[in-house]
Amino acid sequence: MAVKTFAAIDVGSTDVTMKIYEITAKRGSRQIDCVSNIIALGSDTYAKGFVSQESVEKLCDILNGFSRKMKEYGVEHYKAYATSAIREAKNKMMVLDLLKLRTGIEIHVLSNSEQRFLMYKGLAANGVNFKQVAEKNTAIVDIGGGSVQISLMNNGKLSVTQNMPIGALRVRERLKNLKVSPVHMERVIGEFVENEIETFSAFYLGDKTIKNIIAIGDEIENLMHIISGHTVADQLNEEQLKHVIEEIITKNPVDLALEYKIPYERATLLLPAAMIYRIFLQKSKADTIWTPKVDLCDGIIVDELLRTKGITVEHDFDEDIRSIVRQMAKRYRCNKGHNVNVTKIACQIFDKTKKIHGLGPNERMQLEIAATLHDCGKFINMNGASANSYSIIMSNEIMGLSHKQREEVANIVKYNALSLPTYENLRAEIGECDYMTIVKLLAILRVANAMDRSHKQKASEYDIVVKDKQLVITIDTLSDLTLERGLFDSKADFFLQVYGIRPMMKQKRSV
Amino acid sequence: MKEKSKYLKPEYLENRELSWLQFNKRILAEAKDKSIPLFERMKFLSITASNLDEFFMIRIASLIDMVHADYTKPDIAGMTPKEQLNEIVPEAKAFMGEQYRTLNRSLLPLLEKAGLKLVEHHEDLTEQQAKFVDEYFMRDVYPVLTPMAVDSSRPFPLIQNKSLNIGALIQDKKKADVVDIATVQVPSVLARIVQIPSEVENETAIILLEEVIERNLDKLFLNYKILSAHPYRVMRNADLTIDEDDAADLLKEIEKQIKKRQWGEVIRLEIADTMDKRLQKKLMEQLNVDENYLYKINGPLDLTFLMKAYGIDGFDAYKIPKFIPQKVPGYDRERGIFEQIRERDILLHHPYYEFTPVVDFISQAANDKNVLAIKQTLYRVSGNSPIVASLARAAENGKQVTVLVELKARFDEENNIGWAKMLEKAGCHVIYGLVGLKTHSKIALVVRKEEDGIKRYVHLGTGNYNDVTAKLYTDMGLLTCNDAIGEDATAVFNMLSGYSEPPVWNKLMVAPIWLKDRFLMLIHREEENAKKGKEARIVAKMNSLCDPMIIEALYKASAAGVKIELIIRGICCLKTGIPGISENIQVRSIVGNFLEHSRIFYFYNDGFEDVYMGSADWMPRNLDKRVEITFPVEDERLKAEVISILNLQLSDTLKAHILQPNGREYAKQDLRGLNKIAAQDEFCKQALESKAREKEEHKSRIFEPVMSSSKTDK
Repeated sequence: MAVKTFAAIDVGSTDVTMKIYEITAKRGSRQIDCVSNIIALGSDTYAKGFVSQESVEKLCDILNGFSRKMKEYGVEHYKAYATSAIREAKNKMMVLDLLKLRTGIEIHVLSNSEQRFLMYKGLAANGVNFKQVAEKNTAIVDIGGGSVQISLMNNGKLSVTQNMPIGALRVRERLKNLKVSPVHMERVIGEFVENEIETFSAFYLGDKTIKNIIAIGDEIENLMHIISGHTVADQLNEEQLKHVIEEIITKNPVDLALEYKIPYERATLLLPAAMIYRIFLQKSKADTIWTPKVDLCDGIIVDELLRTKGITVEHDFDEDIRSIVRQMAKRYRCNKGHNVNVTKIACQIFDKTKKIHGLGPNERMQLEIAATLHDCGKFINMNGASANSYSIIMSNEIMGLSHKQREEVANIVKYNALSLPTYENLRAEIGECDYMTIVKLLAILRVANAMDRSHKQKASEYDIVVKDKQLVITIDTLSDLTLERGLFDSKADFFLQVYGIRPMMKQKRSV
Repeated sequence: MKEKSKYLKPEYLENRELSWLQFNKRILAEAKDKSIPLFERMKFLSITASNLDEFFMIRIASLIDMVHADYTKPDIAGMTPKEQLNEIVPEAKAFMGEQYRTLNRSLLPLLEKAGLKLVEHHEDLTEQQAKFVDEYFMRDVYPVLTPMAVDSSRPFPLIQNKSLNIGALIQDKKKADVVDIATVQVPSVLARIVQIPSEVENETAIILLEEVIERNLDKLFLNYKILSAHPYRVMRNADLTIDEDDAADLLKEIEKQIKKRQWGEVIRLEIADTMDKRLQKKLMEQLNVDENYLYKINGPLDLTFLMKAYGIDGFDAYKIPKFIPQKVPGYDRERGIFEQIRERDILLHHPYYEFTPVVDFISQAANDKNVLAIKQTLYRVSGNSPIVASLARAAENGKQVTVLVELKARFDEENNIGWAKMLEKAGCHVIYGLVGLKTHSKIALVVRKEEDGIKRYVHLGTGNYNDVTAKLYTDMGLLTCNDAIGEDATAVFNMLSGYSEPPVWNKLMVAPIWLKDRFLMLIHREEENAKKGKEARIVAKMNSLCDPMIIEALYKASAAGVKIELIIRGICCLKTGIPGISENIQVRSIVGNFLEHSRIFYFYNDGFEDVYMGSADWMPRNLDKRVEITFPVEDERLKAEVISILNLQLSDTLKAHILQPNGREYAKQDLRGLNKIAAQDEFCKQALESKAREKEEHKSRIFEPVMSSSKTDK
């Protein structure tokens, strides 16, 4: 039978959700069931720093229910992801192990950038009007329980993305201890949230005008419930938002829950969420908020389909990553010409040595990023640039990259100029990172970088072939390559160590 | 506080208990109806008695509780609990008088004429009969009796709820000045009716067990002299209230409550009106009962024995022949049911048509290799239910089976707990409903993996999954594989399993949260259409109507000119014919051989007729405190069928009682100039005809050759 069923599980800060999809060759994917339980894991983590035993028990029950449900549809494959509530919990490892032992479900913890990128994938693949909306200057405001992610889009591609620790649940928990009276709630939340958003706009928006806001996240759907009339199903303007906020402030969560038929727990999260949207709407001067219905599970299935080649999405998600990285490089005033050239050579070497290095598309993307950002540390100080580059990459999120992948990139960049310590000496520092991935990509980057040592892009074409245990790079240029040659040998030694073949540099003077 | 609507003045509304008593009167009217076969009349009388018992145990008991708790909030008709009791109790007493007049003056003499003789008093037994009775007593009755004498050292025993007992005054043979009371329970393990030999030709003679015991009472109290002996019966407060938030384990709590129920306060003491005054006084003292709760009965206590009398062999001429449910037209048992549902939705109308498709639905699912999961709600199931057996088998076959067993089904708890445990053992996932909400919906879902993906099959019904009551209750059902309904069905079970409720429903209207709003919207839509001068009409059939918000909406709609026809079997708190309020509303109640049970709702909707069926009455408890499902009938062919079913009920002239304008009483129509139609009989006739028709069609399919020339003829 050509029908497969797949389950996507999202262990979030405020609830745990599973969607079950049916995947057929003909029709792609179809959601056939969705179950959700409210469990405020975030309340535990954000307030106490760990997931309580009580919540673990409850989570076990829920996940056992999920496995029963999977059996109801004969599901064989699933992906279960946890986000910030587990990620930030001190007892993360114990919780995950316990859940695996008790329920058989293995949960993978997403780093923030992976999580947001999945949401983004869900949005790009499912969001009605996405393509059209994203052509103009657009901001995606994704409000989660723990944090808010604002991503800017330009010409249909992501350009900037920033995380802020002002998620709806976190704000609620923070304010709980302040004993604010309901009358002042609006002002206090406003002040709390506004500061973060102002900083963001100062840095990234400047005088850029944002045309559209796309609102995604857990609370938006419930906010839409409150809008009377429901004239346009997936849009919201400032006037309507104002009405919503008034409604939320004047009524207590119990009444809201009753009147709009939303769970009580959710009702308590509406105000922080609505305030964030409104403040951002005001600061960005956008006129409409688009509210497509997208959640993490939608992203998980798109990711799964892309991975298994179940669908082709018109949108190129790798281009989003490149675009973000280019924006970063620009922000840190990297030498664009040099970067482009090094990236080009590096990728060319990578592609020609596929059989030799055995790495895949994820690693190629890492190499591209490392090449693009390899000298961003000079922005801080020309001396000690390697360490600074490392710091910059480690403190910037890159959409679509897991923490581990990003750390590997940072290490590649760091040891581009410094000598690479032995595995034993580096092991403690790099943690989960794969030493050999770093080494292999580093070897390529070093050679590619040496080819443009002068930063003058002396050649426009490089011909690269693997021949008789040699990697022959033929450069077609009339320029003098003395500087490049001088550095090349030491880099080539390293490459030989890693791959067992020696890079050779040849000059061809055509014209 | 919200201002009281002008439509909800107390005088516009009826008290629900008084309306219920009217319902029982309508059944009693059947027992009095000379045009009905004698044994059927006897059955109706028995039903009024068991109905009244339940009414006492639940409704009157709860009013008494309220009075004890000094609760004085008036009901919708403006009556405080005390005022209600003051009206209801005398009415109930008068009603019981009427029951016994019917028995003594009409039924017993007629029964004797028909050859069934009830020997009311053991003193009237012939010698031969007396000998038979005494032997029967010593052999079968004596061993199971537990006589109890009460004196200073032995306290009065606990008398079980609803049990029949004999109380006696006894005198110590040695000490003549000592008079004590004694009591013995008439054992419920023995048949109440004892058939005795008769010297009259073609006569069946019977005597009641309590008379047999009374006659032989001296054998139980050997050292005493029996001064007088009379039967009595107590009824206790039995409303089962469980605080679910406190109950860690719902199951255990209910088991505990069942035992506790027998300890409730006595709210009715029935005694023979001939009972010795001293005995009466002593019983009242011991049972802590005052005059208000005392009911003196002229005849045998507890008339439910008449139902057993109905079963005595040999009186077929006095019974309506049993109707055998007919094959569902178009449904072929030889073919797979899923295939047939895929071809088209199947409408079920019980008991005129068989319940088998529902049984087949689950049983085929249990054996079907493509079925992944079965989910079902079980509220009241029959003993040896084939559905329960299929579910257990499905679990054994490796299907994922989820069963929601509603433990709170009144008086059925013990039965349900048994099934629940059995299903759990078989590997089913058994859930016990939501805290604070009774699951009253009747829904079954089968998930099947087919060539082109996951397919869901759903049965939705108005009645319980009970193959026995399906022969006695009129209910409707729908088998469909409509995707939108399938998705909703999944969402219903997700909700029942404790998952968050879905943001929207495709097709189903689900209580508690959404259903009432939808009904109000549908009624309001008719009102708006009427205001615009368009035709507007509502027909609704249900068991009870007492939700004030719905009544208000109906009054408003009526005032706007909507034509409203209600077919309500039982309680109706709405009044008809109030000028400016409810002149456009007609209420009819059909009491027939089958218990009317289906709920059907029709809205004209400016010509785009909407038809819904479901499990919910228009009562606050159904709309607010239960999980109920009301579903649309969308297939045009089936919709037309349901509408014709409603129309036939609306044209019933024989069994329909019409609620009188601005009153409480119901009356049958004046038959002059009207066709004599009894809807239930018509449905039976139609079902039999459809069977004949199918045979015809079948025959013609086989025997009529298709001639080449016949094409041109058409």
